[in-house]
Amino acid sequence: MVTILIYLLILLIINVVLLLLGLIINKRSYSDREKNSPFECGFDPSIHTRAPFSMRFFLLAVIFLIFDVEIILLLPLTSNILNSNTHWPLTSSMIFLTILLIGLFHEWNQGSLDWMK
Amino acid sequence: MMLVELLSGVISCVCALLAVAFFTLLERKGLGYFQLRKGPNKVGLMGLPQPLADAVKLFTEELVKPTLVNVFPFLVCPAMSLFLALVLWILYNNYFVCSMGGLSMLLFLCVSSLGVYSVMGAGWFSNSKYALLGSVRAVAQSISYEVSMSLILMSCLLLVGSMSLSMIMKYQFFVWVAFVNFFMMLMWFVSCVAETHRAPFDFAEGESELVSGFNTEYGGVGFALLFMAEYGNILFMSVLVISLFFGGVVFVGVFGMGLCVMVSFVGWLFIWVRASYPRYRYDLLMYLIWKSYLPSVLSILMFLVVSVYILNG
Repeated sequence: MVTILIYLLILLIINVVLLLLGLIINKRSYSDREKNSPFECGFDPSIHTRAPFSMRFFLLAVIFLIFDVEIILLLPLTSNILNSNTHWPLTSSMIFLTILLIGLFHEWNQGSLDWMK
Repeated sequence: MMLVELLSGVISCVCALLAVAFFTLLERKGLGYFQLRKGPNKVGLMGLPQPLADAVKLFTEELVKPTLVNVFPFLVCPAMSLFLALVLWILYNNYFVCSMGGLSMLLFLCVSSLGVYSVMGAGWFSNSKYALLGSVRAVAQSISYEVSMSLILMSCLLLVGSMSLSMIMKYQFFVWVAFVNFFMMLMWFVSCVAETHRAPFDFAEGESELVSGFNTEYGGVGFALLFMAEYGNILFMSVLVISLFFGGVVFVGVFGMGLCVMVSFVGWLFIWVRASYPRYRYDLLMYLIWKSYLPSVLSILMFLVVSVYILNG
């Protein structure tokens, strides 16, 4: 635990040093309006740079959230199934995985996995 | 003991940075020969010091800060992505290296999920349309493939009954998990390619559509850090492919050099795939994970749970 914390600290220092190195030794040059505008093909960007994006991506994130929570609930299974004497890890995980699979097929059937309609 | 662990982590992290540098050279050379040209061969002996020259060039390059950019997060995001890529290397198990404790794969899951934020931030804080679109695509792709990746990972850990990477490598002394979990191995490799945004799944920076995707506005040091992070992730994914499915090789060869050779081969596979296949279609990519991989991974996982329980008695 402490080892990982110290390791993270060392990495943080390495990264900050790399970043500062780049900020210090870079070649200075002139800057003008065209150069400092966001990259778009030759014309001024309109105001809405943070454009609205497709709803699909948001729905996908919602489905991902559900599955990720279920994965977190499944994770203890990895060490339980070999290290326990009862049948409960097996039974509960089978019920859980079946529900997960049926849920996935339900989503599929309802069309929330279709990228293009 | 703590000092030894720390030292081995730092050494493998520094070696990972070196490996990243020369992996970029391997990629350029390899792609060159795939396309019947030479690749970089002018610098030094056969272009060998090319990565060092690249590093000097990228770090001394002019740093353009576009006016609309949120400067501080814009600069921090690349550093954060390199940080997250390097954190993983403490899990690297070599012959000499003592590994971290029993929950190393949990650390891997957490850190690799955090990697999404740096890509999202890099796109969002650039305040440019191409960057935003690229980062949205990249995030959707990463989180989708994360689901199947964690389930495949779980199926490997299930056979060992532990969350520790060194444990799963020790258990493969006599037989590889790849023999038991062959299809999982194939799916894991494809998921790794998608997770690291590599061709043929490089929708995060599809050159012909979005100029350079989420790193359009980056140049100089920011670009260098993002680039190093990407290649560090690729190399760590190669390490994981070998450790999870062919773990026994850590005991093969002089000082366990078998691991290094196999990892280099998987790294080479990433380049080979890039040279061989045209870019996939985004909706097909999503169908591949949600409609093909996820149901099959869940089914195989159910099968494995039952068989592990029965074989365990």
